[in-house]
Amino acid sequence: MSASAQHPTHPETLSEHVQDATGESVFNCYQCGKCTAGCPLAAEMDFAPNQILRLLQLGLPGMEEEVLKSLSIWLCLTCETCAARCPQEVELPKIMDYLRQQSLKRGLVHPKARDILAFHQAFLDSIRKNGRLHEVGLISAYKLRTFHLLQDVLVAPKLLARGKLSLLPHGIAGKADVARIFAKCAAADAEAGRHEPQTDKAEQP
Amino acid sequence: MPRIGVFICHCGENIAGTVDTAAVAKNAADFPGVVHSIDYKYMCSDPGQNLIKEAIKEKKLTGVVVAACSPRMHEPTFRRACAESGLNPFLCEMANLREHCSWVHEKGEATTEKATDLVRIMVEKVKRNRPLYPISVPVTKTALVLGGGIAGIQAALDIANAGHKVVMVEREASIGGHMAQLSETFPTLDCSQCILTPRMVEVAQHPNITLYTYSELESLEGFIGNFKAVIRKKARSIDETTCTGCGACIQKCPTKKIPSEFNAQLGMRTAIYVPFPQAVPNKPVIDRKNCTFFKNGRCKLCERVCPAKALRYDQEDMLVELNVGAVVAATGYQVKDTDFFPEYGYGAHKDILTGLQFERLASASGPTQGVIKRPSDGQIPETVVFVACAGSRDPAKGINYCSKICCMYTAKHAMLYRHKVHSGKAYIFYMDIRAGGKMYEEFVRRAIEEDHVNYVRGRVSRIYKKNGKLIVKGVDTLLNSRPVEIEADMVVLATAMVAQPDAEALAQKMKVSYDENKFLSEAHPKLRPVEMNTAGIFVAGACQAPKDIPEAVAQASGAASKVIGLFSKDELSREPVVAVVSRMGPPDFSTCIGCFLCESACPYQAIEREEIKARDGRLIKTVAKVNQGVCQGCGTCVALCRSKSIDLQGFTNEQVFAELVTL
Amino acid sequence: MKVGFFPGCSLEGSAREYNESLQAIAPVLGFELSEVPDWNCCGATAAHTLNHKLALALPARILALAEKAGLTELLVPCSACYTRLAATRDELIHDEALRRDISSIIELPVTGRTKVLNVLDVLAACASDGLKDKVRKPFAHKVACYYGCYLTRPEKLASCKRAEDPQEMDDILRLVGAEPVDWAFKVECCGAGLSVSRTGSVAELSGRIVADAADRGAEAIIVACPMCHTNLDLRRDAITEKRQTPYSIPVLYVSQAIGLALGLSPRSLGLHRHHVPVRLPERPAPSPEPALQPSGPKED
Repeated sequence: MSASAQHPTHPETLSEHVQDATGESVFNCYQCGKCTAGCPLAAEMDFAPNQILRLLQLGLPGMEEEVLKSLSIWLCLTCETCAARCPQEVELPKIMDYLRQQSLKRGLVHPKARDILAFHQAFLDSIRKNGRLHEVGLISAYKLRTFHLLQDVLVAPKLLARGKLSLLPHGIAGKADVARIFAKCAAADAEAGRHEPQTDKAEQP
Repeated sequence: MPRIGVFICHCGENIAGTVDTAAVAKNAADFPGVVHSIDYKYMCSDPGQNLIKEAIKEKKLTGVVVAACSPRMHEPTFRRACAESGLNPFLCEMANLREHCSWVHEKGEATTEKATDLVRIMVEKVKRNRPLYPISVPVTKTALVLGGGIAGIQAALDIANAGHKVVMVEREASIGGHMAQLSETFPTLDCSQCILTPRMVEVAQHPNITLYTYSELESLEGFIGNFKAVIRKKARSIDETTCTGCGACIQKCPTKKIPSEFNAQLGMRTAIYVPFPQAVPNKPVIDRKNCTFFKNGRCKLCERVCPAKALRYDQEDMLVELNVGAVVAATGYQVKDTDFFPEYGYGAHKDILTGLQFERLASASGPTQGVIKRPSDGQIPETVVFVACAGSRDPAKGINYCSKICCMYTAKHAMLYRHKVHSGKAYIFYMDIRAGGKMYEEFVRRAIEEDHVNYVRGRVSRIYKKNGKLIVKGVDTLLNSRPVEIEADMVVLATAMVAQPDAEALAQKMKVSYDENKFLSEAHPKLRPVEMNTAGIFVAGACQAPKDIPEAVAQASGAASKVIGLFSKDELSREPVVAVVSRMGPPDFSTCIGCFLCESACPYQAIEREEIKARDGRLIKTVAKVNQGVCQGCGTCVALCRSKSIDLQGFTNEQVFAELVTL
Repeated sequence: MKVGFFPGCSLEGSAREYNESLQAIAPVLGFELSEVPDWNCCGATAAHTLNHKLALALPARILALAEKAGLTELLVPCSACYTRLAATRDELIHDEALRRDISSIIELPVTGRTKVLNVLDVLAACASDGLKDKVRKPFAHKVACYYGCYLTRPEKLASCKRAEDPQEMDDILRLVGAEPVDWAFKVECCGAGLSVSRTGSVAELSGRIVADAADRGAEAIIVACPMCHTNLDLRRDAITEKRQTPYSIPVLYVSQAIGLALGLSPRSLGLHRHHVPVRLPERPAPSPEPALQPSGPKED
């Protein structure tokens, strides 16, 4: 496939943006459903994996939003089972990553996915501060974001007793370097965001 | 003095829309040697051709240039017109003003100039053309049919019934191919062997057909009408002339546990065996790899019990040389095995079968006498899942194409299962249902409406074994893409139809083209489905592409008709556009220095060596010689020749250089 | 042999025993672990979910530091860290423009010349280097080797040969005297990063894994990833609740099983730190009588 076929010069639709950002074409999918058949969490999703691709393929008004508002994209475990078995070699995990980032940027995160997002954000916060994950800090931050104050409240003491949790974070020497990396990446992301279509602000939750 | 006629065609608007054809004709009239120059709307039409014919007569033309479309379109047309007027057809050339000019440029002066140039150079070439005459090649009226499946059988019978000799070569011990393994055929549910075996017997008894079974093609040399084939008759270890086919040897053979190829590894056979009871010829072979005598030197029980004393342990492979005029390649296909599927268990589960294995289970002469039983424990399965598109339409697995027959045979298998196990449940996981043949759609509807086969639209992600059941994890995309899990007793994979493992080697032996999937290439996908690019070799059946029995039979008859057409003449006429090595009188005899670079470069092996001898027998020199029956006129030798001793008739160095210099 | 070592965040905390057991068996098996100085978190799932550049930059910094320390090979025991580092390395090697971009973000030169190895790669090297002779107390138990997602997928980054039925861990366990069972959930996902934010889903997925291993007669599940261990071990109560069945099958790191076979003490291998008590029968359990097995005759 020529380079120009892989990356559209002026992406407009979400599927074109997907191709531009990931190199994957949703049109390679022939809707066989093998991804859904093997996906560990397909039964819990609102749209099955092949349906997410179908919505992107058809792209009628409103479908792009359905994709970005779905719970499916946040439940995806990036376990790579779908990609390993897809007869058309579509890298669905790569597409899911991109859709999650878009979903967050446009403020379309599914209400039931807020905990999942909160966890990821708390995780990254901990790394940005310390350079490494401080597990106790992660859980506290998660609880503050989600108000699940009793989360793992029975588990923590056991972990502590077995020496598997440290109360204080161990920051690395280069933690300022890590913080700078975060800042640069966030800036690059915002810059890229200026070239992407924005959703009508009124749609945001 | 040259008297060239120039005829500019408008080709409707195709050329005239972009090129000023009147201007080109007017300019061409002034070219040196041109005595007649006109333009006309459609040169290829009858009136157009008549213009050429009349001009040849009236103006006594010595050469003709038709400036029109591509010679690939109408060169034969215009050459025929010239011949009908008494002008040697090779004194007629075409200048391509369409594909090379009007179709690739915008309208304008430059385009018309280019058209004029194209005519100018062809005029210069034609002035140097010589009359050429067709080459006659004798035709041996014997056909070689490779493969004894239904396609090979049909082709052989058609050719033999037309009165010509046929030699059929089949690799296995019996003819019949895969069709002999099938239980019933769609859409009629005819018993496969019942409709096949009469044909097999006909082949064996036909006075015009010589049948070599347990034999393979060793080599193929030559060219259309004049092939020399060498067949390797593998050692059967039996004297076929004395063996009566009584089967006593098979009954007594102590080695009984060899997986039977005919039963797709589901049953066993003996070391001395006949593939199936209806085998043609009904003469056994000894599988030397597994025979106790050939492995350890002890046994020979078969010899002791043979009433006809037909055993020949010291028999060796025999090479048979044949002269044939045409070859029909009908070598068939194979199917992928279950170990091709990691997600379905790497072939480790005995109760996951291929479609071909299911055919053997369903067949009345199969390992279970037609009772559908699980290979693992012999139980009758209550739930069978059929997986369509197993390996086909799967670029990730390297098979992009559709195997064409699986939709139909899967419906058939499900129906047969339901007919035999009334309480059984059949599920088919599919992507599409391809049922385009005659009565095919009705057949599939019957499976669904009458036999209650459950079609589930979605592929299967994985199959694993738990508590004696096969857990099939699929999806129903018509039910909102709901994941669907079925506990099956047996799973049948409709595995991909692929080329034979040695298809590539055979194609190279025959010097024919094949594609990336190792299927033999037809000459043109639409209009020449039974010919190949190598003249004199034809193709029929699944070795060319996946197809079902009616198509294989039709294609075989088509190939046979080409062979019969070829054999309808005693001599074959070939285009004289061939290479020629220079020859002259003594003392040189030829400028060829005998380096034979041409010999090794020729893609068609058309160069031979010729010894030039003096009257007393003394060898003067050995020079190259072109076999005009094989030469395809590609010109490679001309380009390579160091001494410029070889030239191409119709495209001589002089003619081609004239074109270039004129530009 | 000396090999670079990237423990990753969980080996410092909730998967401490994985680190302990690796450190314990290393000298016995003859390899020396050289930790990457001042390493940072690889970003795990959070980074690639929320920011593509970050997901490359964090692992790239680790690779850069490893190169700076002169490490030619890097052992990454956590499968998730392994796939992040291997994926990053692969992209950096094949895309020069990207490499320059990431290099400027992390403010360090990086080429990707350090090879990224997972724990099975290193153990396989030890296996061909006389591991069998060092076995003092054969680990004579039936085990279910659990590979999870990232040791076999995606294909171009994985070192396991049979993606649907890998044998590399099984082979190593056989070498130390174990009897790996043939089971159906070797490469099914445990629920990964949803352990905290959607524990119910993890209970469902990990529950299926634990149940199948137990049903096939395994006495222990062997893992090579801290995330998998957490979901199969720490989340056992949630599994019990979901399946309404108690399962007592313990979960051991492959390094722990090997450590026991080498004769090291359970304590030194951190077995006391598990949630599900590690109680293994003294003798290997005898194969169940055919009549008792619901699956019928011996499986093929």
